[in-house]
Amino acid sequence: MNRLTQPAATRRAVLKAGVAAGGGLLAAATLPAAARAAEDHPPIGTWPAGSEGDSVFIGISVPRTGTYAIQGEDELKGYLLAIEHINAGDPLIRAISPKTKQGVLGKKVTYGVADSEAKPNTAVEAQSRFISQNKAVLMTGSTSSAVAVALNKLAEREKVLYVAGISGSNDTTGKDCVRYGFRQCFYGQTAAAALAPKLVQEMGKNRKAAYLTPDYTYGHTVQKSMEEYLGKSGWTTVTNQVAPLGARDYSSYLLNVANSGAEVLLNINWGHDCVLSIQQAKQFGILDKQKLVVPYQVPFISKEVGPEVMQGVLAATDFWWTLQDKYPLAKMFVESFEKKYGYKPEWGANNGYMEFALWADAVERAGTFYPPAVIKSYEEGKKTQSTVGEVYFRAADHQLVRPVILVRGKKPSDMKAPDDYWEVIDIVPGEGVMQAPDAFGCKLGSYT
Amino acid sequence: MITWPNFVSQLVNGLAAGTLLALISAGLTIIYGTLGVLNLAHGAMFMLGGYAGFVAFQATGSFALAVLAGSLFMLVAGAVIELVVIRRFYSRPPEDQILVTFGIGIVLVEVVRFIFGSLTATVPPPAWAAGITSLGFMIYPTYRLVVLGIAAVALAVLYVVLYRTRIGLIVRAGIEDSGMVGLLGINVYRVFMLVFGIGAMAAGFAGIINAPVVSLTPNVGDSILVQTFVVVVIGGVGSFPGAILGGIIAGEILSLTSMVNPAYSDVMLFAVMTLVLFLRPQGLLGLAGRA
Repeated sequence: MNRLTQPAATRRAVLKAGVAAGGGLLAAATLPAAARAAEDHPPIGTWPAGSEGDSVFIGISVPRTGTYAIQGEDELKGYLLAIEHINAGDPLIRAISPKTKQGVLGKKVTYGVADSEAKPNTAVEAQSRFISQNKAVLMTGSTSSAVAVALNKLAEREKVLYVAGISGSNDTTGKDCVRYGFRQCFYGQTAAAALAPKLVQEMGKNRKAAYLTPDYTYGHTVQKSMEEYLGKSGWTTVTNQVAPLGARDYSSYLLNVANSGAEVLLNINWGHDCVLSIQQAKQFGILDKQKLVVPYQVPFISKEVGPEVMQGVLAATDFWWTLQDKYPLAKMFVESFEKKYGYKPEWGANNGYMEFALWADAVERAGTFYPPAVIKSYEEGKKTQSTVGEVYFRAADHQLVRPVILVRGKKPSDMKAPDDYWEVIDIVPGEGVMQAPDAFGCKLGSYT
Repeated sequence: MITWPNFVSQLVNGLAAGTLLALISAGLTIIYGTLGVLNLAHGAMFMLGGYAGFVAFQATGSFALAVLAGSLFMLVAGAVIELVVIRRFYSRPPEDQILVTFGIGIVLVEVVRFIFGSLTATVPPPAWAAGITSLGFMIYPTYRLVVLGIAAVALAVLYVVLYRTRIGLIVRAGIEDSGMVGLLGINVYRVFMLVFGIGAMAAGFAGIINAPVVSLTPNVGDSILVQTFVVVVIGGVGSFPGAILGGIIAGEILSLTSMVNPAYSDVMLFAVMTLVLFLRPQGLLGLAGRA
C-alpha cells in the first residue's frame, strides 16, 4: 500500500525515467495529438504511467471459488473475449466502438485475473496490487454488489476507473455511486419496475408474498424494490427470510416460508445459494403450493436446478441468447462466444463483454487515457449500439440506460435446444423503469 | 414468525440438522481427542466423501453403493493422509499442525474443483425416500427424516465401537495418555492411523448421505467446518458424547432462532458458544485440564 500513497509526482518521475530508458521515447513520439495535449495535466491515479508503454493493463477480480464461482467464471469469459476482440479489432467491437482499430488508442490491452471469492476485502487487495504493480488503467469484476461498492470506493480513492461486473444493488449507482465507477447491468429498482406489472398481470392483485433474501446490499435493495412495486397492487409480504451468503441449509428458512401462508415465493438469493434454496424448496413441497419468481436471474440456474423445476418461473435478466433473433449484435456476440467457449453465453458473460466494449468506446472518443477525460466521454451520453439495442450512460449517476429483459422458464417439451431454457416474454425499455438519478442519494465525487 | 405448528416444525428440523452436525463433529472430536491434532481439513473431507459417493452413484446408479463408496474411500484416504502427512507433525507445535491440515483442505477442494468444476453435482435420494412425509402437524421431506435416522444409527455404531470393543478401549486409553499406551506395548501409531481414518470416514459418510439434501460443490464443506468447531467447543473438545449434545444444541439454535429472525441464526450460535466458554471453558461434557 505504500506505493499507492506515495506522492504521485515522485512515482511519475521514476516511471518516466524507466520508460525513457526502455526506449519509450519513441513510443511517446508516435502518440496521437490529443493524447499528447492531455499530457499537460498533472498526473492522476495511474495516469500517465499506466498508458505510456505500448500496452495498457486491466485488473480483473472475479469470484472463482465459493457461492458465485461459476457465475464469476462466465463473467471472466466475457471479459477475455472482449479483450481478444479489442486487440484484434473484431467487427463486433467496432460496431459498438466505431473508432476502435486494434487495441485501445493503438495500445494492446493486457490483463491480470484474481480470485475475489466474492469478498470485498479480497477484491480490494487484488485490485490494489494491480494498481501499484501493473499500473492498471481500468479495474473490473464483481458478482457481488458488496464487492462492487468496495471497488467503487477504491476507484474513487485511487482515481482509477472501475466498471462494475454483475451488481444488482441499487446502491452501486445509488448512494454508493462514485465519479470513477460505471455500471452496465440492470439492478433491483429496474428489475422490480419491469417485473412487478407482469407478476400482477399474471397472478393478480393482493397476493401474499414470501421472500428469500441474501443478507447484504444486493439482497436488501432488490427485496425492498420488489416489495415497494408489488405493494402498489396490494401485494403484502408475509415473511422475509434473510440468510447469510453461502448458507449451507435453507430448511429452517423454508419451514418459515411453508408455514407463512404465502402464495408466491420471490427468491432473491443468487449463485449457488439460489440453486440450493430452490432445490430444497422443491424437497419441502413448497413449489407445489407457491409460485416461484426469481427477480434477479441467475446465470446457469436452469441448467443446475433443471428445466422441470424452472418451467413457468418468471425472471428479469440482462441478456438471454435467443435475443440474437432480434438484435444483430447479439447474434454476433453469441456466435463468437459459442465458437470460443462451446456453450451459449449467460448474461454475466454478456455484461463483461459490454463493459469493456463501452469502455473502449469511451476512451477512443476521449482520445486519451486521462481519467477525467474518459469520464467526461462516458458522461456525454452518446447513444451506442449494444447487444440489446441502443443504450447510453446517464451522466448524473453513471448508470447505463438499457432495457430489462423479462423471461419465463420453458417447459422441457418446448425446448428446441439443450440451452433453450428461457422464453423472452418482454423487453422493457430502460428509461421508463429507472428512478430519478438522485432518488437513491447518488452524489458523484470530483474528477480530480 | 412464532406459531405453534412452526415451532414444532422447527424443533424437528433442528433435531435433524443437529444429528448430522453431531456425526461430523464426532469425527473431528475423536481425531482431536486421540491425536491432539485439530483437523482443519474436516470440511474438505465431508466434501470429498460426497464426491466419492457421487462418482460411485454415476457409475452404478445405486445410492447404497454410493454411501458405501463414499465412506470407504474416506476411511482409506484418511489413513493415507495420516500415514503420509499428519504422522510427521505429532511432535511439531500446534500451529504447524493447524497449518498443514488447513493446507490439506485447500488441496482437496481445489483438486475436486479441477476435476469436477464448480457446477453443482447432484445425487438424488433413493426412490423409496423421495417425496414428502406428512407427520400430521407438519410436512417434512422424507429423505431428511431418513438422514436423521441414519445419522443416529451411525452415532450409535461409533459409540459401540468406542466404548464396547477392545480397539475402542485402546483409543480411549490413547486419549488419556498415549505415552503410557505405547509403553504397554501397543503400536500407538497404527491406532492413530485407524482413528484418523475413522474420523475422516465419519465426515465422508455424512458428506454422501447429506449430498441429496445440499447438492455438491467444491465449497460445500466450508461452512460446515465452522459449525462443527462450534459444536465441539460447546460439547467439550475431545468428548464423544459432547459432540452429540453440542450437535443437537447447535441444530436447535439455528432452527429456532430463525423463527424470530433468520438473520440472527448464526449470531446466536456464536453467542451461545461464547456463553459456554465463559461459564464452562472445557465445554458442557468436556473434562477440565484435558486436551
